[in-house]
Amino acid sequence: MKQHKVTVGKFFQYLILVLVFILLVGPLIWEISLSFKGPRDNVYAVPPYIIPKSPTWNNYVKVFHQVPIFRYMLNTLIVAALSIFGNVAFSTMAGYALARLKWHGRKLVYLMIMVTMIIPVEGVIISQFLIMRALNLQNTLLAVALPGMVGAINILLMTNAMAAIPNELEEAAEVDGASVWQRFIHICVPECKGTMTVVGIFAFVGSWNDFLWPLIVLSDENKYTLTLGMNRLKGIFIQDPRLIAAGAMVALIPIIVFFLCFQRYFFRGLEQGALKG
Amino acid sequence: MQQSEKTAPRARVKESRREKWREKKEARRISAIPKQQRISHVSASDKVAPYLLSLPAFLIVFIFVFLAALNTIRLAFTDSTMLVPGHFIGIQNFLDIKNDPYFKYAIVNSSLYVVCVVPFMVILPLILANLVRGNTKIMDFFRTSFYMPVVMSAVVVGMIWTNLLDSHGLVNSFFLAVHWVQKPIPFLTDRWLLLFSCMFVTIWLGLGYYMVIYLTALANIDESLYEAAQLDGCNAAQEFIHVTMPGCRPTMILVMMLSTIAAFRVFNEVYVMTNGLGGPGGEDMTMSMLIQQEGTGLQAHTGYASALSIIVLLIVGVLLIIENVLQRRLDR
Repeated sequence: MKQHKVTVGKFFQYLILVLVFILLVGPLIWEISLSFKGPRDNVYAVPPYIIPKSPTWNNYVKVFHQVPIFRYMLNTLIVAALSIFGNVAFSTMAGYALARLKWHGRKLVYLMIMVTMIIPVEGVIISQFLIMRALNLQNTLLAVALPGMVGAINILLMTNAMAAIPNELEEAAEVDGASVWQRFIHICVPECKGTMTVVGIFAFVGSWNDFLWPLIVLSDENKYTLTLGMNRLKGIFIQDPRLIAAGAMVALIPIIVFFLCFQRYFFRGLEQGALKG
Repeated sequence: MQQSEKTAPRARVKESRREKWREKKEARRISAIPKQQRISHVSASDKVAPYLLSLPAFLIVFIFVFLAALNTIRLAFTDSTMLVPGHFIGIQNFLDIKNDPYFKYAIVNSSLYVVCVVPFMVILPLILANLVRGNTKIMDFFRTSFYMPVVMSAVVVGMIWTNLLDSHGLVNSFFLAVHWVQKPIPFLTDRWLLLFSCMFVTIWLGLGYYMVIYLTALANIDESLYEAAQLDGCNAAQEFIHVTMPGCRPTMILVMMLSTIAAFRVFNEVYVMTNGLGGPGGEDMTMSMLIQQEGTGLQAHTGYASALSIIVLLIVGVLLIIENVLQRRLDR
């Protein structure tokens, strides 16, 4: 009786999981199939079918021909590199100062960072653009990266990671006469490598997918990032879903591969952020 | 427990590395530093270190968030445009907002977004997290696949779903093929259906994110509670209601706060699925889209857009306060 009940429960559990899988991953599989469908495939067929009848690379060739995808990717990578560098270096430095050093103004700076964390980007985005224009940086990749180069949440994560280092480690070095800089670089940074990786990974995904800010600050198509390029591609290829699917795949596959490689850091990052947020 | 086993050898390696480093540094330090400084504990470079270390982070946050926020408040009371700095006009912008038809659409849509999306974001990922627990390979596989939409760009996902929900798209083809409908459902052209389609995409994008947040909470629930519930003859649904939900309550409130703010600020997927215009006649505009439309371009009304930003800031602030109070009350 009991055994029977368990298997029924398991059956429903897997049934739901498979249905959710179809719902969440199915669209991706459909788009992959669509991106390989040739002109002789009816993409509007009722009922739909998934295996292309005349598979072809042509859709990808066309996308790369008509839209400078590599340029968009390069632009995105430049922004992402700046964002990763800024978030990892600056929040680690600030985290160390906030968590482990005593100085005047420490509480004030900490408070300011906490307050800014609850300000939504929509509240400041127009002003950010005006600041960029005043600095004569509008329409540059630096302007795309700059406001996101330090996330308040990352400073908080690094502060927490730095605070978790046992005091004895640093005290021993201090007794030996290590300066603040030496203690920071040789003792505390190696202890926080895990959190730094998490910060870097989230900075990468964030800048790879950012849309609103680049949309506001960039007007020159040569400076477009991938998301802006995709939005443009949608306008150009509105008639042919095969080309849109091919473009979508070009934008998605790098980030999905990246995710699959660094999966555990994604989950660990959410764990740290969620427990402390 | 696993973690302490893993970190133990690593810590030992680090310790020996540190030992070597310490000896080297010690020798170098003593020969390099003049005698007076060996006695004093805090050198000048140590005193400025905290300020130098926090300077880059401080500058970026101060200029691009703090000053920008203050500037938004100032602009909201001026009639400035992208080309003209403008003058102080008191609360005129806020009076204009009242008569702006697009503002009505935007505030209704953004609020509806919160009301419709948040319950799904709080409950569905919790159920999902419950179903994908466990350390088996197959559950690992499900967890990874369910998280995948989270890393995808909302723009590209919006493109994909525009494709799927099109009148000839996969969803309509499927419904037609199984004879659920006689003619295609206008997912992308009807005002309300388009809004609901966008909400669906938002939920689709967020499920995996909140699922992982819940997984950490579930790991902290005492296993013996489940055993006790089973002894009392609870079925899976009862277990969920009486053990899982109370155990995850703080996380549910956290998820509620996060998803409320995210839903009110929604931009990317709505922008893409409404072709950047807010659907038929701008009726599917959200608050963020309205700010973007009013505040960008050469004709932009930066003053008016700033007033809209202030409204968003205030509403998000109020939502945060309400949920904080709610949390306190539940904690008692």
